[in-house]
Amino acid sequence: MALKGAVVVDRERCKGCSVCIVNCPTQTLALAKEVNSKGYNFAYMENPDNCTGCTNCATVCPDTCITVYRVKV
Amino acid sequence: MAEKILMKGNEAIAHAAIRCGCDGYFGYPITPQSEVMETLMNEQPWNSTGMVVLQAESETSSINMLYGGASCGKKVMTSSSSPGISLMCEGLSYLAGAELPCLVANVVRGGPGLGTIQPGQGDYFQSVKGGGHGDYKMIVLAPASAQDMYDFVDLAFELAFKYRNPALILSDGVIGQMMEKVELRPMKPRLTEKEIIERYPWATTGKTPDRKQNVLTSLALDAAVHERLNQTLQNKYRQMEENEVRYETLMCEDADYVIVAYGCMSRICESTVELARKDGIKLGLLRPVTLYPFPTKYIQELTSHTKFMMSVELSAGQMVEDVRLAVNGKIPVGFYGRLGGIVPSPEEVLEAFKEQIKKLN
Amino acid sequence: MDIKDIIKPENRVYAKSKILTDTPMHYCPGCSHGTVHKLIAEVIDEMGIQEKTIGVSPVGCSVFAYNYLDIDWQQAAHGRAPALATATKRLMPDKYVFTYQGDGDLASIGTAEIMHACNRGENIVVIFINNAIYGMTGGQMAPTTLLGMKTSTTPYGRNVELNGYPLKITELIAQLDGTCYVTRQSVHNSAAARKTKRAIRKAFENSALKKGTSFVEVVSSCNSGWKMTPVKANEWMAENMFPKYPIGDIKDV
Repeated sequence: MALKGAVVVDRERCKGCSVCIVNCPTQTLALAKEVNSKGYNFAYMENPDNCTGCTNCATVCPDTCITVYRVKV
Repeated sequence: MAEKILMKGNEAIAHAAIRCGCDGYFGYPITPQSEVMETLMNEQPWNSTGMVVLQAESETSSINMLYGGASCGKKVMTSSSSPGISLMCEGLSYLAGAELPCLVANVVRGGPGLGTIQPGQGDYFQSVKGGGHGDYKMIVLAPASAQDMYDFVDLAFELAFKYRNPALILSDGVIGQMMEKVELRPMKPRLTEKEIIERYPWATTGKTPDRKQNVLTSLALDAAVHERLNQTLQNKYRQMEENEVRYETLMCEDADYVIVAYGCMSRICESTVELARKDGIKLGLLRPVTLYPFPTKYIQELTSHTKFMMSVELSAGQMVEDVRLAVNGKIPVGFYGRLGGIVPSPEEVLEAFKEQIKKLN
Repeated sequence: MDIKDIIKPENRVYAKSKILTDTPMHYCPGCSHGTVHKLIAEVIDEMGIQEKTIGVSPVGCSVFAYNYLDIDWQQAAHGRAPALATATKRLMPDKYVFTYQGDGDLASIGTAEIMHACNRGENIVVIFINNAIYGMTGGQMAPTTLLGMKTSTTPYGRNVELNGYPLKITELIAQLDGTCYVTRQSVHNSAAARKTKRAIRKAFENSALKKGTSFVEVVSSCNSGWKMTPVKANEWMAENMFPKYPIGDIKDV
């Protein structure tokens, strides 16, 4: 049995600090090329297939803009 | 017959605090007011009314403990003397800015600096003009007896909560140390938490689902918001000036001359007035009970039938400035003061008064 | 499995605590303050003590902490938060009272207040954010600034002759008999953040048990003040701050 996850980043709250990206053990996240209304490149799932829903990214996010979902498959 | 007990003015403050439902006293020792905390510690009110009494590590800490306690809607107070009050000025500015009620008693000694432990009235400016930073005012009550010391505790709390503003009892070493008979008023219970929540919905009693969070702060970085906050304060001060002026007079009705004096000096000047009247001089006495708000209007009225006013203070001349502002040039205003802790006799004041009116003619 | 099938309410394993407001934080990107705020919010949420918690915010970047945690707050003068918390806790002993203070606030201007509150063993929680700099005023030297570290008031690096030594105030606090729990944590990675959350929870629980003062230092980054990217600042912190300010419990009685 494996864990399959997904994250939803609140793009408008994200300040693009990248702390979530370096804390992701599966290289799921990256900064988007686009920017939000404040001019920040926001985090997104570049490799959604990698996500296990471990919540590391959300735990370290200073702006609490990541919601994590997880299922057992 | 109400109970009367012989006690010092400082002790009266302590007994009044316990009996008027004060929730907390936070203080730091300094002469000549240490009897306030000593009396409280001796009485152990935490066993009777549940009142908290705590010796803080400094006056700075005491006043900030008041900020915390007042934020909870509690009746909290401290007492100190001049150098200690200087340390509290930062906190008083924050309390005024956050619109928090509290009581501070200043048993004034001579300054500046460490000065002397003898009495003085040199903290008038600090008290009525706002010793800390920014545009704020405190309600300032000036007791002239041990009974006043007792009664003004309850009155100061009443006014402090009415206006959500710090109140100051501006006493002096004479009134604090002097022993007089004091009538103890009936006990008032401390408010319960439920009563506090009902009466003071702004207090930090814990955010419940039925209301928004309460935040007690003096900070507003938006210029427009901050100006509005200041205007709210100023409106409040205008209301105090309208409604809370208190003063006493002695033979002012037919007076040609009036002495203005507060605190211990008003007691001494009562005798000066009697002596002057014996000499056929129509002298009266105005004793401001509230130094802020100041009895400006009454002084203006007095100028219609008086020729000269003299402010008598244990300072180099502080209240005299407010007397002059009130008189506004209509009649001459004189001043007599002693410094260094020297308290003049009634005769000395009369002599000074006679000297000054001689120069008028 | 399609992402849409995963992103469903029943599969949610991490979401913003309801104690955190929707107000976007004013902190710089990557600032540790936001992470610590979140952990406190989660502890308050999980303990179900929103109605019983009073926070005292300091002067410094976190002066506006009250905008982000939906509880009652008092905003203290610089360094004086422990005095406010002392009175609040003594007058309302059934509440949870915590101060949130930075290194300038707690370890410089407020040393008397923190020392004496801890020494009296006030049943309060102290959260101490140590990022070795004054953030709000533009990156000046703090008492905890490392030797050699450049700040706007030590432009050539902190030097002992001029500025004295970095202050290990948490070790001093641990010497005081009034404290029951003194710990130093960080939030630079997820494991550290989870440990910090456990420390904060323990501190709040201690306060209800009337064990004395609980003191949680969080060694933090100030990437703007340090003039680094957020990720680089966290790396620099682990490399340079942790040797001087070692992570772990200092006292637990």
